[in-house]
Amino acid sequence: MSAPLPEPTPVSQPFWDTLREHRILIQYSPSTSRYVFYPRTLAPGTLADDLEWREIDGAGSLYTFTVAHKPTGPPWAERLPQLLAVVEWDAGPKVSTELVDVEPDDIRIGMRVEPVFVDVPGAGVTLLKYRPAHV
Amino acid sequence: MTGLRGEAAIVGIAELPAEKKQSAPPSFTLDQYARLAKMVIEDAGVDPGVVNGVSTHGIAESTMFAPATLSEYLGLPLDFGDRVDLGGATAAGMVWRAAAAVELGQCDAVLVVMPGSTEIPRSETKPGRTLSWFGASSNNYGSPQAEFEIPYGNVGQNGPYAQIAQRYGHEFGYDAAALARIAVHQRENACAHPGAVFHGKPITVDDVLNSPVIADPIHMLETVMRVQGGAGVLIANADVARASRHRPVWIKGFGEHIRFKTPTYADDLLRTPIARAAERAFAMAGVSRSEVDMASIYDCYTITVLMTLEDAGFCGKGEGMTWLTDHDLTFRGDFPVNTAGGQLSYGQAGMAGGMHHVVDGARQVMGRAGEAQVADCNTAFVTGNGGIMSEQVALILGGDR
Repeated sequence: MSAPLPEPTPVSQPFWDTLREHRILIQYSPSTSRYVFYPRTLAPGTLADDLEWREIDGAGSLYTFTVAHKPTGPPWAERLPQLLAVVEWDAGPKVSTELVDVEPDDIRIGMRVEPVFVDVPGAGVTLLKYRPAHV
Repeated sequence: MTGLRGEAAIVGIAELPAEKKQSAPPSFTLDQYARLAKMVIEDAGVDPGVVNGVSTHGIAESTMFAPATLSEYLGLPLDFGDRVDLGGATAAGMVWRAAAAVELGQCDAVLVVMPGSTEIPRSETKPGRTLSWFGASSNNYGSPQAEFEIPYGNVGQNGPYAQIAQRYGHEFGYDAAALARIAVHQRENACAHPGAVFHGKPITVDDVLNSPVIADPIHMLETVMRVQGGAGVLIANADVARASRHRPVWIKGFGEHIRFKTPTYADDLLRTPIARAAERAFAMAGVSRSEVDMASIYDCYTITVLMTLEDAGFCGKGEGMTWLTDHDLTFRGDFPVNTAGGQLSYGQAGMAGGMHHVVDGARQVMGRAGEAQVADCNTAFVTGNGGIMSEQVALILGGDR
């Protein structure tokens, strides 16, 4: 069983379109001087109608993670362990992701991480995964 | 402050024995509602005609119009019909809403019962519903989880709770044996409670630490087992309470706080909504933490219990691991928690798992916990927890002195 893929919506289309170009575009609310993730129509908290798209470099730190030895769903039964992670972007928001190119024992909360753009063959969609940053 | 005056009470309780494999034939949720309703009404020793309120989280047979369907099916005209959608906090959320409706004089007695059996008769002509592995996540088009969580495998409960535990360890340190003691003490409580699925099966800290790691650092014996069951209470005004059979369990305070759906988007993963909810509940009830005789803490995982004890103010933030090693959580101990085993050792009967804690608290204040009875139990602290510590409810229950 393959993992469910994201289906872009009228609200989120710019994020997924640019991710296919291996760039990260998220929303920014000038009235609150804050980046926003995931994409919305109005700014969370203030409901300001001023969200604009801005490119970020996607650099960040590992906020938390787990090494799942039991699959979280049938699609991952043959892909264990799962390295489920939350990355805190330098831009502010947090994002759910998976870690790649790292041994489970080498994962440390707070470590610097960098984006890995994973093109899904035949699906026309790119996923945003993370690995330890090259320093 | 405004709030409840403590003039509505739990007057009847019911909890079906937890079963891994159900002994009774399959039963529609409508019929499960009816049987649980009969149990709580008979437990209270009142006439069914006194019931004129119903709170429900839904009916498997009807996606909408749940209170009206129940009113019709049970043959009980309602002055209060409510539907609550707070995951594992639903039961505690129902209790304070029902108490508020009673105190407002809108109704006299409210059924707050929760079926917990998935053994439902299957149609021969309509295709059966297949249980989705998406669990509490929605894979519907446009759902944030469908787009930004599920594709990365962030689905279900084990992963995110383990992420919370990892972050806790990073900020405050982690003592796996201290957390294991929660499971061990609750198992000891279950061994004094015949309805628990793990009655008669004590465990040790080593058993917990040697059980398989599900999602690091959570072990299998720190997670709940799905069982078949069901639980509920009847909440009534003082007149009905006086006419009822048992010591009334007054709902003296509550708090509720909702922050997010997916913990990735929490402002602070380690300061949970129960902090605000508990503060309000204690203030409303005019009760201090030291007056609590027992606590029934929503325990989907051991880390949930630890963080609830901290955030509800029973010990300092980040001090829970030490606190746990200094306290005895069994029914004989200095701080009894989940005296019927909790969901870890009684079993989790689906949505009724949240009701387990309400019934646990009420049973103790009524003085009906049998072998597991806490001496002189007058004040119980009960929590509900929905999602991934994303929506939480605190209740203070108390008996007349």
